[in-house]
Amino acid sequence: MIYADSRTILEVRNLCASVEGTPILKNMNFTVKSGEVHAIMGLNGSGKSTFSKVLAGHPDYEITSGTVIFEGKNLLEMAPEERARAGLFLAFQYPIEIPGVGNSQFLRLMYNTVQTHRGKDELDPLEFDDFVREKMKLLEMREDFLDRSVNAGFSGGEKKRNEILQMAMLEPNLAILDETDSGLDIDALRIVAQGVNQLANKDNAIIMVTHYQRLLNYIVPDFVHVMVDGRIIKSGGKELALELETRGYNWVSDEFKAASRVAA
Amino acid sequence: MSAALQNIINQPYKHGFVTDIESDVAAKGLDESTIRMISAKRNEPEWLLDFRLKSYAAWLKMTEPTWQNAHHPKIDFQAISYYSAPKQKPKLKSMDEVDPELLRTFEKLGVPLHERMALAGVAVDVIFDSVSVATTYKEKLAEVGVIFCSFSEAVKDHPELVQKYLGTVIPSSDNFYAALNSAVFTDGSFCFIPKGVKCPMDLSTYFRINTEESGQFERTLIVAEEGASVSYLEGCTAPAFSSNQLHAAVVELIALDNADIKYSTVQNWYAGDENGVGGIYNFVTKRGLAKGVNSRISWTQVETGSAITWKYPSVVLLGDNSVGEFYSVALTNHYQQADTGTKMIHIGKNTRSTIVSKGISAGKSNNSYRGLVKIAPSASGARNYSQCDSMLIGQESGAHTFPYIDVRNNSAKVEHEASTSKIGEDQMFYFAQRGIDAEAAVSMIINGFCKDVFQQLPLEFAVEATNLLSFKLEGSVG
Repeated sequence: MIYADSRTILEVRNLCASVEGTPILKNMNFTVKSGEVHAIMGLNGSGKSTFSKVLAGHPDYEITSGTVIFEGKNLLEMAPEERARAGLFLAFQYPIEIPGVGNSQFLRLMYNTVQTHRGKDELDPLEFDDFVREKMKLLEMREDFLDRSVNAGFSGGEKKRNEILQMAMLEPNLAILDETDSGLDIDALRIVAQGVNQLANKDNAIIMVTHYQRLLNYIVPDFVHVMVDGRIIKSGGKELALELETRGYNWVSDEFKAASRVAA
Repeated sequence: MSAALQNIINQPYKHGFVTDIESDVAAKGLDESTIRMISAKRNEPEWLLDFRLKSYAAWLKMTEPTWQNAHHPKIDFQAISYYSAPKQKPKLKSMDEVDPELLRTFEKLGVPLHERMALAGVAVDVIFDSVSVATTYKEKLAEVGVIFCSFSEAVKDHPELVQKYLGTVIPSSDNFYAALNSAVFTDGSFCFIPKGVKCPMDLSTYFRINTEESGQFERTLIVAEEGASVSYLEGCTAPAFSSNQLHAAVVELIALDNADIKYSTVQNWYAGDENGVGGIYNFVTKRGLAKGVNSRISWTQVETGSAITWKYPSVVLLGDNSVGEFYSVALTNHYQQADTGTKMIHIGKNTRSTIVSKGISAGKSNNSYRGLVKIAPSASGARNYSQCDSMLIGQESGAHTFPYIDVRNNSAKVEHEASTSKIGEDQMFYFAQRGIDAEAAVSMIINGFCKDVFQQLPLEFAVEATNLLSFKLEGSVG
């Protein structure tokens, strides 16, 4: 939702990033205000997943130029864990398996670490158990989930639900959902979307990174951006996603090239 | 590998100091006269000198094993001093008489020798280089008939028991290093739990090598008579020297009918520096004989130190329905090499064994599990379950598994499971993205990985093991 009294949560200016010397992001510009839901769409290799990882501080990517201000702070100077504690959350495209580490143990450490950072009290194991079970209901998760190892042997849908559960627990200011819809059947997609929608409010913001418009039927974006070759070349409302669905991506690139020629 | 992860696993060794204490150190070299000298210094009876000399004769005919997956320059057995003892004789009557420098050493290591300061419920025997310097709670244990003393005292005060059991589980010709130990062993712990007695407290031996270029060859013998039970703990540290020291111990356990022996080790010998210079060669033979019916022998080890670890705490399951267990965590870093595992030899009927091995390799280290499960024709109904998991940290470390299974009875059931995992950058990033820093992440992953083994440790030791791994894996101490 777009609000008149919103604050700027994220401001990306002329961001360039490369991996092993190959430029991936090329002058990325992007602004997110509180209450907004953004969708970044693009083909494979357009740089949209890189953008999510760069925001979260993945060590594989080198920032070559540009600035990113998150909640008034220089995001690029912050370690990945500091970004997370400051309220930036990434729901991973491929959540990693951590065999041997129990889910409840992991979730409690995660929650209490972030709570402590926010100056709030930690929950003891019993309080935490009540808290996490409440959140699990929201995502219709099985009881035995807490006794299993983090993501180990989870189905694709269970992994994605686990991501959204963590998001629900941490209540981030900015949630980035990286291809959260991939690998989800229609029921799981509905449950995940419902979870995300319940968390969205006028103080936080959501960025969805996706291939398909399918997810956007369930989580309706205020803005849709098309990413090609490491930058956003077109932005619009939710109807842009529908247009992409019917017409594909090529016309956007062509339009952009034509506009660039005129400008030159 | 990320820099944070590197820092966490590369903590310096905090036990690397040397105690400046006057010691009686024998000249380097080994021949029959060295053995006679050791025996004479300890006022040993004739039969023990004979045992040593026979072992020495056997050793001379043997060659060093080369089959292990660990490599080191040839050891010059003539360049080692076979006896080193702090000068503080005669034998002390109370802890208050112990050299204050020694007390400070052990306090620094976290092993308080004053009984009033000691951990409640743990009796400690302390071995400094070649000799036992202190044993706590001796009188209290004697009230229930438990004998817990240094090996030297056992030879003096209970020669019939030592003579009856010494070398019965590990004959002196068993292997190269066991033969060497049998020839030159200097001290160690002796523990005897009489019929029907449940040892009222955990027993513990703390080993410390202090002198450079001396070897430590201790001998531990534990006997649990019918229906007796005991939990025994062993800890080890050594100073940081640039040369390698040899540690070749022998541990024998004997459990009679319905007896139960639980033996736990936290081994933190000096591992060498980050370039692989120095460190202990830990070549140890440990074996238990579950001799009686329904007897049980359980080994738990947390191996974090030594340049090379070469040990296979084993159980010979002779009594019907006897149980053997082996729970192991081996952590190697830098250039450390560990080739460790177990042997479960099933002879009695319905014998059962469990093997859980967790290997963690970081740096350029090599970590191997080697295990033998042997089911003899007589062992009908025998069962074994083995689980060997390896975890790799970084790109340059190695993990290997060498399971040997030899089944001669078709009513036996043997199961083996193995897995290899990796602490990778992506796992660390996942933790970081949830606000968890690298130290807490590694600690959580490692503790999760080792959980099945840590659960087996007695409480006091579980704390020490967790602290030790945390120390090795966290950045705050040093």
